Amino acid sequence: MEEITSLLHGFQVALSWYNIGLMFLGIILGVIIGVLPGLGGANGVAILLPLTFAMPNTSAIIMLSCIYWGALFGGAITSVLFNIPGEPWSVATTFDGYPMAQRGQAGAALTAAFTSSFVGALVAVIMITFLAPLVAKFALRFGPPEFFSVYLLTFCSFVGMGKGSPFKILAAMMIGFALAAVGMDTVTGQLRMTFGFTELLRGFDFLVAVIGLFGIGEILLTMEEGLAFKGETGKINLRIVLQTWAQLPKFWITSLRSCLVGCWMGITPGGATPASFMSYGLAKKFSKDGDKFGTGQVEGVVAPETAAHAAGTSALLPMLALGIPGSPTAAVLLGGLLIWGLQPGPLLFVEQADFVWGLIASMYLGNIAGLIVVLTMVPLFAAILRIPFSIIAPVIIVICSIGAYTVHNAMFDVWLMVLFGVVGYVFKKLDYPLAPLVLALVLGDKAEDSFRQAMLVGQGDLTIFWSNGLVGSIVTLALVMLFWPVISKVLARLRSGRLNGVPEGRAASTEQ
Amino acid sequence: MENGNHSEGSANRSISTRAVDATVAAVLIVFGAVIMYSSYQLGAGWGAEGPQSGYFPFYIGLMILISAAVTLYQSVLGKADRGKVFVEYEQLKPVFKMLAPTLVYVLGVQLLGIYVASTIFIAGFMRIMGKYSWLKSLLVGGGVSVFFFWMFERQFLVPLHKGPIEAWLGF
Repeated sequence: MEEITSLLHGFQVALSWYNIGLMFLGIILGVIIGVLPGLGGANGVAILLPLTFAMPNTSAIIMLSCIYWGALFGGAITSVLFNIPGEPWSVATTFDGYPMAQRGQAGAALTAAFTSSFVGALVAVIMITFLAPLVAKFALRFGPPEFFSVYLLTFCSFVGMGKGSPFKILAAMMIGFALAAVGMDTVTGQLRMTFGFTELLRGFDFLVAVIGLFGIGEILLTMEEGLAFKGETGKINLRIVLQTWAQLPKFWITSLRSCLVGCWMGITPGGATPASFMSYGLAKKFSKDGDKFGTGQVEGVVAPETAAHAAGTSALLPMLALGIPGSPTAAVLLGGLLIWGLQPGPLLFVEQADFVWGLIASMYLGNIAGLIVVLTMVPLFAAILRIPFSIIAPVIIVICSIGAYTVHNAMFDVWLMVLFGVVGYVFKKLDYPLAPLVLALVLGDKAEDSFRQAMLVGQGDLTIFWSNGLVGSIVTLALVMLFWPVISKVLARLRSGRLNGVPEGRAASTEQ
Repeated sequence: MENGNHSEGSANRSISTRAVDATVAAVLIVFGAVIMYSSYQLGAGWGAEGPQSGYFPFYIGLMILISAAVTLYQSVLGKADRGKVFVEYEQLKPVFKMLAPTLVYVLGVQLLGIYVASTIFIAGFMRIMGKYSWLKSLLVGGGVSVFFFWMFERQFLVPLHKGPIEAWLGF
């Protein structure tokens, strides 16, 4: 068991007082970020990323990934207590979590949510521990065509699995690629699309885009909806925790199913949000209390939370093993690796074993730390939400501005952030998905490089992408995904489809 | 968003989703065309040492152009969003109440530096939107700025954008 040895070594790396301190700091910051409107996992990590440049790499990634876990946990608090999903992946948690809180069972709902989050994350981490090294080893044989085909599959999956107009998904994605191309072309040294503006030489930094799109855009949306936080109070004590825990084992089959859904949606870039909805829908369909879902069933909290966390965690698998993130937050973390001079992808497991296994070990520890923090500190986090919006909103804008400024110490970036904020607001309202845009912006250069190299190998002939079985099947699968909206329509017409989905209106508007 | 589905004839004046959808699609068509043109000028073909700089972006621009054109077609002639409201003017007011101060704030950061501008922004927003007393507003605004100063300049040693007042104080 090579992995166990590596993992134990990873624990040695991660288990220092400094790192454990950062872990708790990260979790607490993450939960606060998850609770506040306008700040989420992706832009929270983006804002704090420049501050970690002075830290050792492993400590920095431990803190940033813990912020991510914290944000995943935090979303549940607002969903249950305030009926407001703090994060898009906790929308489905409101369906049964809030009714439970209204009946005075907020403590039980929160305990169930946190515990299932923990279980989902744990299963995903175990999967990463054993699967990621295998995938990385396999990917060591990849050449440029193979890498490009995996990129292609990632992006085509957005079209195939996304809800809403495939043309809007495609447009959003291509905007990301276009913005990534601005600035110096690393291969030829030529300037692209700068139109004579010196500020554009640097290109568009994805961190600025993420802070604007998700941060400022979200604040503008919140203003429009005229949000007022009125919520139930949540008390958690040991008795409630133990009582709820005693109840949970009987939902093991829901839990297991949600883990599988979550892991699958996390590795493929489906993401945590659709995973939580899908898992809720499946639980509703298969549970014997299915018709009572929506009235405050514990099972209805377990299903989406388990899946969201499993998905959010397993999104790191393709990031570590292939260098392809499965979610916007994973994309930001990947950007961090690039800034630290680490090349994500299969070689990372060989060249940076300390880093990788330290990170994987910290995922185990971070989620335990997370569970402890959220179970003990719920009232504190709920109190943050009671701070009036007229104080919170300007403070969040100040934080976002500082975050955008620190990326390159440039005022131009702060203006860009506001522009991205307005774009984010309009795009969200028109159902242009932001996740593919951000992923394309992060991966644009790498995808283009692998495309160019593949074309060089093939001397400009596209048949290079069908030159062997592996690359051929991935590219074919990618094309099936790309044309899935058409294919599924044809299939549905063939056997007059029956479609009974979960409520999806709110998911589409808050997708992240 | 309870008012999300009013028909266009209702009392609340609003902007229709189709209009915004079509406008955004039109802007994207121009965006795509500009990318294609600029890539074409750079060379979008096959040079001596392989694909030229504009090779990849040219097709990106083309795909933006095509997908935006389809979206434009759907929003003008399609039936999907007919009568759907993008935003009511009443809802737009608070959005601008947030956006306008934000723009002024960023201008303020440029001219006065981040700490002074943040103090004024937070205090002003609290005073005008939240109707807090000047004292409370200034205390919160100043407190947040001092906290960030301590955190960034002292703890993380990340210098932020400073203006004349910090210079006068000797930072």
